[in-house]
Amino acid sequence: MSQMTGTQSIRFDREIYINSYASVVGQKEGEGPLGAQFDQVEEDPLYGCNTWEEAESRFQTEAARRAAAKAGLSMEEIRLIYAGDLLAQCSASTFGISSLERPLYGLFGACSTMGEALSMASMAVAGGYADPVLALTSSHFGSAEKEFRFPLDYGSQRPLSASWTVTGSGACVVGTKKGKVRIAGLTTGKIVDYGLKDSQNMGACMAPAACDTISRNLADFGWQPGAYDRIVTGDLGFVGQQILFDLLEQEGWDIRGQHMDCGMMIFDPASQDTHAGGSGCGCSASVLAAELLPRLAAGEWKRLLFVPTGALMSKVSFYEGQSVPGIAHGVILEHVEG
Amino acid sequence: MENLSSEEKKKQYEAYVNQVTPKHSLPMNMLKAFLVGGSICTLGQGILHLGTERFGLDDTEAGTWCSLLLVFLSVLLTGFHLYAKIAKFGGAGTLVPITGFANSVAAPAIEYQKEGQVFGIGCKIFTIAGPVILYGIGSSALLGLIYYIYGLF
Repeated sequence: MSQMTGTQSIRFDREIYINSYASVVGQKEGEGPLGAQFDQVEEDPLYGCNTWEEAESRFQTEAARRAAAKAGLSMEEIRLIYAGDLLAQCSASTFGISSLERPLYGLFGACSTMGEALSMASMAVAGGYADPVLALTSSHFGSAEKEFRFPLDYGSQRPLSASWTVTGSGACVVGTKKGKVRIAGLTTGKIVDYGLKDSQNMGACMAPAACDTISRNLADFGWQPGAYDRIVTGDLGFVGQQILFDLLEQEGWDIRGQHMDCGMMIFDPASQDTHAGGSGCGCSASVLAAELLPRLAAGEWKRLLFVPTGALMSKVSFYEGQSVPGIAHGVILEHVEG
Repeated sequence: MENLSSEEKKKQYEAYVNQVTPKHSLPMNMLKAFLVGGSICTLGQGILHLGTERFGLDDTEAGTWCSLLLVFLSVLLTGFHLYAKIAKFGGAGTLVPITGFANSVAAPAIEYQKEGQVFGIGCKIFTIAGPVILYGIGSSALLGLIYYIYGLF
């Protein structure tokens, strides 16, 4: 039977599970509302390394090791890795993963990369090409500011729509061994460009893509938003959430009752001065591992749509006057009884 | 949903986004900039005053000392990660005085030092201040030329 569903989705015939998950984050994330739920909070932003980039790689290595250990696997038993980050040429993943000496595909989907990694991992497992597969992503405040904005000590005021890049990494082991959460299906997002050029308002740049993927998912599966206990976007933040609601309303959907946003969950804007919320591909990955998957595994939620959102821009495209297109990938996660 | 291809639709979306995006309060920002910028300038004036009154310097010498000390202080605060914190509050008040310029040179020097003395500090120290220097010197040269030609008649 064809597993292709609707125009952009997949409904897996095979049972594919998330066997384990782990998160390692920085101090600011540890002081946030989810602080106690991360596997490890590293207080040194440099993580004992010399540069932000090396530190980010170490966050990734540590998350990978912890996820494998929690699944009861040695690193040698991991068949394949899908990893990504925000740095140019995915260098954080390269240097983070090289010491693990496992087969790797590096990915870039900006902040949506965890959705991309989980999609690729579950497809590889479903096809019988690899099992178990490790999916992980990372981001780091220091390296992201340096890559996309200003040196950290440069005095500037961030607009209220700006988000705060999460320092951390999240990792999941995907496989056929029975677990408490399964990946039931996917909706691969397409690039949606509403022509916005403001990289300090990424929520507004990504909201159209999130809207597109969510409404496509609902249409492809023939479901109402109520079919999900939660619909969780990656890092739209407070501004992007408002826009998502408005755009979905125009499409005839109301997800106000189900919606959560990882970027809004990871920080407390009142005390942590993070403006629109957290962002970066470490944001959705660490919140997935620390909050979403544990609650799904406990059966608190039965079905969840995980929709990490990415703003696809580079420093060059930005300075050359290009817009900031968005992308969002949907992953359907379900609680498994027994 | 489709990409917005018409410029009109893009403009509409941008206007809608502007409407739902919260902004810093302009009067509040201006007040903070006035207080912080004013304090920096008062400090500068204090140095000038001290130079001429206490140390018997002439105006030019006192002015040089004033710039030197303010730049030194700004670089020091940048090194201790404090200037960015003051700037977050003070905004344009910390950007416009000479201390802002010093910060914009010191910050990249600290950040890119790890990429080496040549390709790090050497190439990137003026990433923020570079345009100011280029167009500042360029426009003053142009004005000088105009002034010279004006003086011929």
